[in-house]
Amino acid sequence: MTEPLARTPLFDFHVALGARVVPFAGWEMPVQYSGIIEEHVAVRKAAGLFDVSHMGEARIRGRDAAAFLDHLMTNEMSSIKPGSARYTIMCQPDGGCVDDLIVYRISENEFFICLNASNAAKDIAWMQSHIGTHQVEVLDECKAWAQLALQGPLAEKILSLATDLPLASIKRFQFLIGTVAGASECIVSRTGYTGSAGFEIYLPAKQATHVAQKLIELGKPLGLLPVGLGARDSLRLEAGYPLYGHEISEKISPIQAGLGWTVKLNKGDFIGRDALQKQTSEGTASKVIHFTLNDRRIARQGTPILSGDAVVGEVLSGTFSPILNKPIGSALVQSSTNPANLAVDIRGTRIPLQIAVAPFVK
Amino acid sequence: MSQVPADLRYTKDHEWIRQEADGTATVGITDHAQAALGDVTFVDLPKVGKSFNAGDVFGTVESVKAASDLYCPVAGEIVAINTGLNDAPDLVNREPYAGAWMIRIKLKNSADFAQLLDANAYQLTL
Repeated sequence: MTEPLARTPLFDFHVALGARVVPFAGWEMPVQYSGIIEEHVAVRKAAGLFDVSHMGEARIRGRDAAAFLDHLMTNEMSSIKPGSARYTIMCQPDGGCVDDLIVYRISENEFFICLNASNAAKDIAWMQSHIGTHQVEVLDECKAWAQLALQGPLAEKILSLATDLPLASIKRFQFLIGTVAGASECIVSRTGYTGSAGFEIYLPAKQATHVAQKLIELGKPLGLLPVGLGARDSLRLEAGYPLYGHEISEKISPIQAGLGWTVKLNKGDFIGRDALQKQTSEGTASKVIHFTLNDRRIARQGTPILSGDAVVGEVLSGTFSPILNKPIGSALVQSSTNPANLAVDIRGTRIPLQIAVAPFVK
Repeated sequence: MSQVPADLRYTKDHEWIRQEADGTATVGITDHAQAALGDVTFVDLPKVGKSFNAGDVFGTVESVKAASDLYCPVAGEIVAINTGLNDAPDLVNREPYAGAWMIRIKLKNSADFAQLLDANAYQLTL
């Protein structure tokens, strides 16, 4: 912990709104404003505005950009159409995850990538180290961009008050570039990490405060709340989305995590392909499962998963679902165990796992 | 600023204690503690009849963010618990000093009460 904590362009905005600010992935980030459950419910019923400017951005451009990304990523990049985006994993040779990313195709030879905050520097170094003979450049644009997520059933209505972009024409995993609340050159993408409808907006860092204030002002009468990282985590877990360092990591491959749909073994060679092919055909020793508990106690990260008296795994993420009104979680368990008989011991109380299929909330 | 009622006693672990006329004491957690925990989703309380020493863990308060131990401010026996918190754990956030009392305890030694922090002393720990 020698590096000083970084602040997003919206730090003062958070403080003014009464946020509780905590260290996260090297950043001082708002964990909550009015309360995690209230913010969570606002996103499901109305809308929420998140500052996710800690996320990293990179631009890949050059004649070989598509081929280069197909070499790095598990999902197929060359078939993304300009104006569309795709979720993908970037793997190590052993199939472990370097990161999970969203790749936006700006034009034939230019891509824009959203990176996890905690992995941004590692990802950019990894991509640069694999350029080889590809005619491509990897540009670090982390500092240039702020990022807002406007999520919830009323997100489109609120955003329409701040932009002339034809939002209805943007389908899921598509984007347009245009002006939002006076800020030009914003990337407006119908993507998100909540499981609710909504947009992610990449905008020039200098414009971030103005745009965020405008969206809050326009959205407030419709029930929009500023939302911190606490509810971001409970929303993404309810939606069944993986979080790097939890459901996927350098030790947990996309196949183990149930993300096989992002791994295109037939697209040609890519980093990690052999290992992932083997995992697909032979199975893996452990896999990620999701569960609920018929209890009020939350099984937190690291809690052992029991089958009888034997430890057969551990909890990866655990929280309270405000929508289901019960604890939910994910765990890495031995693939050979019978999922019907798993339990956790929370402070002396043995609680059976109710195996669930994510998303918990549709 | 969090509320610290003047008529209560406190621990440095953010429990409050109120001396009742019948020789028992009522225990809960402070406004500062509930604010730090965030949305409370569950309060795990002991059975009536159980005895604790001062400083023993008597239960757990669980919020969306974390589970935190509850420490018994004085030695004694549990004579009542607030079962209302089972259905409304969010009372801890809304009424930390009233509806969200947690346990009523019969003090082993009533002099223990004087050892606890008064409101001014507790305020200084915040």
